[in-house]
Formats: sequence, structure tokens, C-alpha cells
Amino acid sequence: MNELSLPQLMGFVATHPVALPIYLIVAAMLFVLGLMACMLRRNAIGILIGIELILNAAILNFMAFWRFRGGLDADPTMSGPMFGVFIIVLAACEAAVALAILLNLYFNFGSVEVDKMQQMKH
Amino acid sequence: MNSEAANVALTGWQGANIAFWLITIVVLVSAFFAALSRSIVQAAFALFFCLLGIAGYYVLLGSAFLAVTQIIIYVGGILVLLMFGILLTNRPLQRDLPYSLWLYTLVCLSGLLLLAAIETVIMIAPWHQAATISAPASDVRPIGNMLLTKYLLPFELAGITLLLCLVGAAYLVRRRER
Amino acid sequence: MDDVILESALLIFLLPLAAFVLLGLFNRRILRRGDFIATGVVGVCLALSLYVFLKAWGSPDPLLVNLTFNWLPMSATFNLPGGVMVDRLTAVMLVVVCLVSFLVHLFSIKYMEGDVRYGRYYAGLLLFTTSMLGLVLANNLLYLYVFWELVGLSSYILIGHWFEKKSASDAAIKAFITTRFGDVGMFIGIMICYYQAGSLQYADLFAAVETGTLAGGWRTLAGLGIFFGAMGKSAQFPLHVWLPDAMEGPTPVSALIHAATMVAAGVYLTGRMLPLFDPPTLLFIAYIGGFTAIFAATIALVQDDIKKVLAYSTVSQLGYMILALGVGGYVSGLFHLTTHAFFKACLFLGAGAVIHAMHHEQSMSKYGGLRHKMPITTVFYLLATLALAGFPGFSGFWSKDAILADALAFSMLHGHWFLPLAGFATVFLTAFYMFRQFFLTFTGKPRDRHAYEHAHEAPWQMLVPLIVLGSLAVVGGGFGGWFGGMNPSRSGIEQVRSFNAIGYSSPFVSKALEHAASETTREAAHGEGHGPEAEARHQAHYMAMALSTVLGLSGIFLGALMYLQRKDGGTVFSPIAAATRLRPAYQLLWNKYYLDELYMACFVMTTRAIGWASALFDRTIIDGIVNLVAFLGWAWSYIVEIFDRYIVDGLFVNGSARTTSYMGDRLSRTQTGLVRQYVILTVTGILVIAGLCAYALYKT
Repeated sequence: MNELSLPQLMGFVATHPVALPIYLIVAAMLFVLGLMACMLRRNAIGILIGIELILNAAILNFMAFWRFRGGLDADPTMSGPMFGVFIIVLAACEAAVALAILLNLYFNFGSVEVDKMQQMKH
Repeated sequence: MNSEAANVALTGWQGANIAFWLITIVVLVSAFFAALSRSIVQAAFALFFCLLGIAGYYVLLGSAFLAVTQIIIYVGGILVLLMFGILLTNRPLQRDLPYSLWLYTLVCLSGLLLLAAIETVIMIAPWHQAATISAPASDVRPIGNMLLTKYLLPFELAGITLLLCLVGAAYLVRRRER
Repeated sequence: MDDVILESALLIFLLPLAAFVLLGLFNRRILRRGDFIATGVVGVCLALSLYVFLKAWGSPDPLLVNLTFNWLPMSATFNLPGGVMVDRLTAVMLVVVCLVSFLVHLFSIKYMEGDVRYGRYYAGLLLFTTSMLGLVLANNLLYLYVFWELVGLSSYILIGHWFEKKSASDAAIKAFITTRFGDVGMFIGIMICYYQAGSLQYADLFAAVETGTLAGGWRTLAGLGIFFGAMGKSAQFPLHVWLPDAMEGPTPVSALIHAATMVAAGVYLTGRMLPLFDPPTLLFIAYIGGFTAIFAATIALVQDDIKKVLAYSTVSQLGYMILALGVGGYVSGLFHLTTHAFFKACLFLGAGAVIHAMHHEQSMSKYGGLRHKMPITTVFYLLATLALAGFPGFSGFWSKDAILADALAFSMLHGHWFLPLAGFATVFLTAFYMFRQFFLTFTGKPRDRHAYEHAHEAPWQMLVPLIVLGSLAVVGGGFGGWFGGMNPSRSGIEQVRSFNAIGYSSPFVSKALEHAASETTREAAHGEGHGPEAEARHQAHYMAMALSTVLGLSGIFLGALMYLQRKDGGTVFSPIAAATRLRPAYQLLWNKYYLDELYMACFVMTTRAIGWASALFDRTIIDGIVNLVAFLGWAWSYIVEIFDRYIVDGLFVNGSARTTSYMGDRLSRTQTGLVRQYVILTVTGILVIAGLCAYALYKT
């Protein structure tokens, strides 16, 4: 293989249309970042943010697969966007309930840090 | 040859490509900040941009309806809700619990490992792709159609779920007599 | 005919046995404790034995029954058959035993009236009778030995009847052990017989003697051994010490066992086994008999107890019988056995009547003048005393005279003058002490007024036996003819052959009696009664008769001088003066030659010392070992307990509990309550599993 220089890479990238794997990789990165947010954040809202990232990654996956199967042409039942719609709706429900719980926690413990809530510690 | 390549590189960009890559940059950087920044407010704002970027993805992928839905509900609803949550519960950061470096390293490592694993799978798998699609047409009509035919039951259930969650959430945060 | 005899013989044996079992088990529940059953049964046996006796004498063949049966199946090489035999000797013994036993049973009804163990007493008498009958009916040494021991056991039971008295139980033990001591020798003799001859049947033994299988040193030893047993049972010196002590038993028991029958068993055995003894043994037998006769007579001179006098007299008379057998006077010895049974039993029962009248006072120094109170008893006692003393015409005279004649004849041919001298001296002594006893008891002034007042004549149950026995003591001499010994012309062999039917089928056996029987074998074989032997016996016979009469009468005379009181209450010679003058001799005789003390020191003390040493050994060493074992067991269990406590309990049980709780405690710390940590761990876990799966897939 020739030495791949930046112009060549850019040329390649410029001319070729984006393929499925790229979308999948991006979705994967979003997923991993969301997971890390869940694991690393001490603030409960931070964990919620992570969860939103994960959900979005999932929707992106669905859409990518729908589009690269033929999109509207091959699948007039719009399975991809439908999934997306429903996921978004459910995400909204879940966020509402989560925030309600979070407010309760705030009123009981005076803080939103999950590390402070060790009532279930042995 | 280099110059040729450079030429192509500078002039061969297609619109979709440019859009895609710009959006990718936005999404990934903001996702990074959303996940790993110190301040929760910073994280929320980064999430805002991330969600916007993803809406752009949806457009590129052929469903404008989903993009708009995303913006209205996700950004305009959920994110605002998160903002309210942050505002209501924001306290000065208390340095009472030590930030475990060991844990941090482990988590990063495991994250990277997971990413590597998924990417390996993605790269290996033989994807069958449809090459081109027609220009993105308006997909509102098909979606509406589907909602009331094929996806009627999920539609109704989603509605009920929304109702339940709203009622539940409202009940959970009612004012209690102290 | 033989079957009837056999059946009668078996019945004679089995009836008293059955009665013994019945009385032994149920005497308390039977009317009058079953004394009439016992007496009746023995009466029936008497009738049967008389029948057998008559048949035996009528039959030309001396041997009536000889039945051998295999009662214990064993190997071919080692077999001990049993058997029954009836010949003339057996018949005589049967009559003697049954008659005396029956009369004693009758006597005891009154004598033992009100006794606390009345039923057991009769059971004991029956056991004795059975054993004695079994002994005489046996045809082999095994059965004889079995019944021999049973007789000893019965004697033990009966002597110790009043075992509350220590003297009585001691006397029973003494009798049993002394006779047992003799029985050891007898057993050795029996074993030698079996070892040499291979059988214990009389016929086989005599055949072995004949063929020489049992000969030489073995034969001497066997003979001596068997005679040793006879010495024990018949109370010959030195095993005589039990008989005087056996007077602790009831007087009827003394009459039956220690006068007439059990002590006669030894004489019977010696007579039965006579062909077995070789000349040296026979000489030894004769000397023992002679010595015992005079030895016991001397002790009887100074005895105070009425029964002790009779006891020593029995020992002395038994010596006579043994002496007779030793010198070859088979018939005279057995004849004397029979007559002695009659008059000695009569004397004992008479003494029993006196004791009963004087309320169990046995010391003659308290007696006196009883002839006025008990006339019938006096008469028959006198008759029996005269018979014992050998007064001419009475049965004792004939039998004693026969013995003395045989002894004299033997000495004339072979020397050994001690034997007839002892015999004649004993005649004098016997007459003296018997009449001393008679005069002291029945004549003169009563010395114990109080007891004398209450004395009375005996009831008929006690008088009838006295009368019967006393009469037999008088007329029993007539039986001598039946014994075939009264005709001096009949040779010794002839005499023996007419009795002991087994073993005299060949002339070879007669050699055994050559020395003792004092005749030449050729003459014996021909069965004629002429020749030097017959001549010797003829002369001896008349000389003996004359001499014994003289000695007897002089003995009576001296006794009268010393003990027959004159009208004024004194005697011609004073016995007290005689005793003081001969003080050392008197002391020696009074203490029975200190023989009991000697035995005590030698045998009894030694045995006790051994027992004490054994007990010490047992206590210290054996018990020490036991204690040691127990201690080891304890120590081992202690170690095990330690092990159990620390290792099993501590290590396993407690240890596992502690480990579990520790691990639980540590592991529960994973429940931090931190949600983030759960997520992190979950993700890490998923990665690990995914890695493993990838690795596995990669491998394939």
C-alpha cells in the first residue's frame, strides 16, 4: 500500500459516500460514551444524561440499518422512523418519572449524589 | 499524484459527505463532554448540542419527521426537564467522596475495550448495503398512515404509558405535610 | 429267665431313682413329705432283690446277666460302653443294701420326726440307695466310678443334714475330701487300666490280665490305685479320719451308710477286682487291713460318745474284711461284710433308740441302767454286741472265724505273722470295748437322773428294724453255707468262682491268686479240696475257732470286771485308776494318736497357704493388669476427647462456621449500596465473558 497521506485520505473521504459501518461505529461510540457517563457520574442527572446518550445511539442504529436496507423504497412501512418515534416517546416518559424520583431523593437526602445513597448497603 | 489527490480532495466533496462529517464532529465532541465533563451544567449543554447533531443525522438518513420529532421532544422536552432538574437540585460540589483513580482507569479501559469489541464486529461483518436511495421525500404521510394501521397498538399503548408516567410523576412529587 | 432278672435289676435301680426325683422336687407338697413313698419303694426293691437272690442261688450258672450297651456313641478306637451285670456277688449286695436301707427308712420315720428338713432327708436316703445299687449293678469301671462318686455325694448331703452346726458341715466336707483323695488314686488306676487294656469292662480287664496285656508295673500301679480308692471309701488307715467325724450326721444315716453299705463299697470293689491285683498288691492290702483293725480297736477303748465307739468299731471290722481279701479269703471277707452289715446296723439303730430316749444325749458318761427303761432295745443290742464280739454260735463268730482261719492258713504257708496276730488281738479288744459300752449304757445305776426319768422305750417303727437285724445277727451264720465258704474243703478258687463269675474261665487267671489263695494251681484247677492247702486250712480253722472263743470270752470278762457294777455301785477294777496309771497311753488313745492334728498341719495348712498366695497373686497381678487395661482405656478416651474437642469441634465445626461467617462478612461488603459500582461491575463482567467467548471462538 502506498503511503497514505492526508490529502489522499481526504480525497478518499470526499469522494466516497458514507457507508453503513461508519454510522454503526459512530453509534457505538455514542453508546460507549453513554455507558461511561452512567458509570462515572456521581450526579444522578449525569446518569440520566448517560442514559439519553445510550438511547440515542440505539435510535441511530435503527435508522442507519433502515436507511441502508433501502430506506423508504425498500421498506414503505417506515419501520426505522417508527421505532425512533416510539423510543423517543418512551424516553420522555422515563425522563419524567426519573426526575420525579430524583426530586424525592433530593428532598429526602438533601443531595443528588448517588454515592450518598447507600441505604441498601449491607 | 499528490497534487491530483489534493485536487480531488479539495474539490470532490459532496454535500452529504461534508454534512455528515461536520455533524459527526459535533456529535462526538459534545457526547464526550456530556459524558466526561466535571460540571453537570456543562454536560447538559453538551447534550443539547449532541441531540441537535443527531437530529441532523436523521435528516441525512432520510427521515425528516424523526429529526423534527427529536428536536421537539428530546431537546425541547426532555432536555428542558433535565435543565429544570439541575436548576432545582444544584448544590455546590462537595468534595466528600474521593474520586477513585483506580476506578476511573478501570472504567475507561473497559469502555475502550467495549468499543473495540463492537468495532471489530462491525468491521468483520459483511454488510449488504443498498447503494443509493431516492431523494428524501416527505415521510410524514407514511408515518401517519403507519401509526394508525400497522403500529396502532403500540401507538395506543404509548399514549397510555405517557398518561401513566405523567400521573405517576406528578404524584411522586406532590407536596407533603411535614 | 434272664430277661426277668434283668428287668428286676433295672427296676431295683430305677425305682429309688424315680422316688428320689419325686421327693427331691416335690417333698414339701406331698403328704407327710413322702416318707411312706420312700419306705414303700425301698420295700418293693427289697422284695425284688430277694427274688433275684433266690434265683441267683438256684441257678447253676453263677453269672445271670451281663448286658453291655453303647450308651455314648464314639469312635471305634475310643469307646466307653456301659453295662449291667448280675451274678451271685451282686445278688448278695442287692439284698444287703435293700434290706438295711428299708429298715433305716422305717426307723427314720420316728427318729427324724419333726425334723426341719424331713423331706430332704428322705430324698438323700433315696439318692444314696440308688447310687449304691447302681454301683453294685455296674459291669464296668466307668459306671462304678460314676456311682462311687454319687455315693460320696449322698454321704456328704446326709452327714451335713444339720448344717447349722458347724461341726456337722465340717464333718461333711472332711468326709468328702478324704474319700475324694482316695478317689484320685482310683481314677489313676482306672486310667492305667484303660490305657493298657483298652476297655473298662470287667470281662475285658480280666482277660487282659490273663493274656498279659495288663501286667508288670502297670498292673501293680493300677491295682494300688484302685485299692487306694477302696481305702478312702472303707476308711482304712490313713484315710480313716472322716468316719468318726461322720457321726455328726443323724444316727440312721450312720447305720445305713457308715456301717452297712457305703463303707462296704470299698470292700466290694476290692473283691470284684481281685483278679487284677498281683501278689505284692495283695500283700499290701492285707497289711493295711490288719493294721487298721488293731489300730482302730485301740482308739475305741477310750471313747465316751456311744456313736464314736461304734464308728471306730466299724473301721476295725472293715480292716478285717480287707485283711481277708488280701490273704485270699474272698468268701470269708464278703461273708463278714454281710454279717457285719446286720449287726452293726442293729447296733447303730439301737444306739439311735437310746439317743432318742435320752433326748439326744450321746455321751455314755450320762447313761446307765437303761435296761429297766428299754428292755427290748437292751435285748437286741445285747444280741448284736455278742455277734460283733464273736460269741460262739452268733453270725459274727462264723464270719470272723473264717477270716482268722484264712489269715492263719496264709501265715502258715507264707509267713507274715503280723496278720493273724493283729486279727486275734483285735478280737480281744473288740469284745472288751463293746461290752464296756454295753455295761456303761444299759447296766448299773443311772448317772444322769433327770434324763433317766424321761427315758422310754422306742416306738414300734424303731423297734422293728432292731428286732429284724438283731435276729439276723443271730441266725445269719446259717447263710455261711450259701456262701460256700463254710466247707473248708472247698478251695479258694472254687469259692471265688462261685461268686465272681467273670474272669475265672481259665486256669491262667488262677495264677493271680496263687500266692494269696494259698493252694497249688494244679489242685485248684482240678477243683478238689485235698492237699497241703486244704490241710492247712483245716488245722487253721479249728485253731482259729478255739483261740477266738478264748480271747472273746476273756475280753468280755475284763469288761465286766471294769464296768459291770456291783450292788454297791463300784466295779472290781476301776477304769479311772487304770486311766490314771496309764496316763500317757490314755492320752494318746483319747486324742486318736494326734492324727487329725498331723493332717491339719501337713495338708490343710499347706493348701491354705497356697490359696493365700494365689489370692495375693490374683489381687496384685491379675487385678493390676485389669486395672491397667481399664486405665489405658480411660487414657485413650481422654486423648480421643481432646482430639474431638480441639480438632473436630474446633477445626472442623467451629472453623468452618467461622470461615463461612468471615467470608460472608467480607463478601457482603460488595453490597455497597452504590449503584454506580454495580453498573461498573456488570459491564466489566460482560466484557470478561465476551472475551472468553471470543477467545473460544478464536480457538476454533
